[in-house]
Amino acid sequence: MASPKELLEQRLNEKFSGENFIFNEHRNELTVSLDKKNIIAVCKYLKEEPELAFRLCEDITAVDWATRKNRFSVVYHIYSLKMNFRLALKASVDEKDCNIDSVSSVWNTANWHERETFDMYGIHFNNHPDLRRMYMPEEFEYHPLRKDFPLMGIPGSLSLPKNKN
Amino acid sequence: MGLEAKLNGNSFFTTTVDALTEWARKNSVWPMPMGISCCAIEMMASGDPKYDIARFGSEVMRFTPRQCDLMIVAGTVTYKMSHVVRKIYDQMPDPKWVIAMGACTSSGGMYRSYPVVQGIDQFLPVDIYLAGCPPRPDNLLNALIQIQEKIGRTKARDFQDKPLPRLTVVQPNGEFLQNN
Repeated sequence: MASPKELLEQRLNEKFSGENFIFNEHRNELTVSLDKKNIIAVCKYLKEEPELAFRLCEDITAVDWATRKNRFSVVYHIYSLKMNFRLALKASVDEKDCNIDSVSSVWNTANWHERETFDMYGIHFNNHPDLRRMYMPEEFEYHPLRKDFPLMGIPGSLSLPKNKN
Repeated sequence: MGLEAKLNGNSFFTTTVDALTEWARKNSVWPMPMGISCCAIEMMASGDPKYDIARFGSEVMRFTPRQCDLMIVAGTVTYKMSHVVRKIYDQMPDPKWVIAMGACTSSGGMYRSYPVVQGIDQFLPVDIYLAGCPPRPDNLLNALIQIQEKIGRTKARDFQDKPLPRLTVVQPNGEFLQNN
């Protein structure tokens, strides 16, 4: 029987022929890099194909590479209970065109993960049902996990209660 | 506030009332357990039979600020949480005291980063700063004893000039009544 990695490579290249997937295995963890325009189609296929069945979306986050041409990578950690196999999907997002399609139509749990990623990195998720900040106050203007955000924050950007006494 | 606010000067009568109210007040300090993070575990431990905060008359931890004298802020206060802490403090009746329990509340502690208030004295009047990360329960008891000493030094005139809090009362006929 084919290993999950071989099965994935074969199925993805067969289903999405002509698309450029980069498979990278590091310490028994498989990462698939893909174009951001395919993200919904690939996620839907991975979830709904009975043999693969990646039913569980464990986390969605991003990486800020600061100086690279495509500044951000959005990372999806998904898990297949059927194969007992964990997979990471990676899609590059440019700073000027800072958006990617939301996968909350595929996994409901992606809703809050994407809100968190939006809050911390400022990446917009298209067609997200409720894209509000997760942690920071709604009037906050910055995105704290970007590399150009100072550790101690920007003075005056967060309000304190007024001292009445 | 209360009876002593109506009395003027330091006559024999008021000093005697002072001694009585101080004694009564300091031996039943009712804490508001503002347990935000890990310091709250040590605060709970100070209420258990081993450390027994009841020996000092403070076993009635009230979860409504309106029945409390002492706010124990136990845990990391973020900017988002600071508004909640202040709102609860404002609901406590005068006279009231505050313990900043642990390194985070006193100075931001190890969270030297953008979301954490670097010391709750930026928005609250703090009486005792308590060292430790988290402080041991006996350390909290020590802070309580110091608060009791501080309460023992208060005089009626300390509260005489304070205005009454502005309260809005809804009358049975639906009208609003303001006390001042």
